[in-house]
Amino acid sequence: MNIKKNWWKAITCVLLFYTVIEGFLGAVPARDILNETIRNLYFHVPMWFGMMTLLFISVIYGIKHLHNGAMRSDLIAREAAHTGVIMGVLGLITGSLWARYTWGTWWTQDTKLNGAAITMLIYFAYFILRGSVEDEQKRARLSAVYSIFAFVMMIVFVMILPRMEDSLHPGNGGNPAFSKYDLDSKMRLVFYPAVLGWVLLGVWIMSVRIRIASISEALLNHSDTHPTS
Amino acid sequence: MKRIFTPAFLLLTAQSFAQDIKPEMADSFRSSGKIYVVVCVAAIVLTGLLVYLITIDRKVSKLERDLKSLDKTSN
Repeated sequence: MNIKKNWWKAITCVLLFYTVIEGFLGAVPARDILNETIRNLYFHVPMWFGMMTLLFISVIYGIKHLHNGAMRSDLIAREAAHTGVIMGVLGLITGSLWARYTWGTWWTQDTKLNGAAITMLIYFAYFILRGSVEDEQKRARLSAVYSIFAFVMMIVFVMILPRMEDSLHPGNGGNPAFSKYDLDSKMRLVFYPAVLGWVLLGVWIMSVRIRIASISEALLNHSDTHPTS
Repeated sequence: MKRIFTPAFLLLTAQSFAQDIKPEMADSFRSSGKIYVVVCVAAIVLTGLLVYLITIDRKVSKLERDLKSLDKTSN
């Protein structure tokens, strides 16, 4: 592997190993109900940071496509959204499991939880939209416009609405935020590297997906221009 | 590693005994040393997944090189 190009992948590995080892062995504040599950902060929360980073990349490349019409921007937007949704689904599943053992239920009618679920549905619709348009240029333009809407809705449902109402989920409404635990300097030492590590892992997977998609695009073009070979 | 960590965590538990009511943490689990098994398992899983991802990454690099040489020969 080329060190100059791939140094950040090595950093990803180091950060994730640090997360897994310190995440279990490091000191955490003792809290009722949460108990040791407070360590989920190193695994569940970074999934959402990863999702948001990837969906942000997706909408940026969507806008870029609208600006320059390049099919490559559309390809990047698609693969970024795909990886982002995967991380979001992992966030939903881990959050649900965590809720089962702290709130006593897999799911509650909570603004934060439903907002996150609706966000996922909005992005599922993004892929359904893509799959239903035959024409390449039209598909790219339509999905870019839709992804701007989807991204704004994600911000509204995940970041704004939950903060306007009471919620069980930390960091919202009248509920004490996780900043109380984040303020624990020992947890911060693991939490921030964990977020960076998981976000980088998402970007890494996205980059591999983009490269695979580019190769298959190139092969398609190749067989179009050289039908016999 | 066990020799260093076990007394360290015993110290930690001793400190938390000083409080009247303490939330239940996995102190006995940790002092018995078995938490390292979990850390090892998680580390192995992570190693496996990262090695897999690196292998895929390399395979894609090879495909990119193959594609380049294909373009050269056909043009």
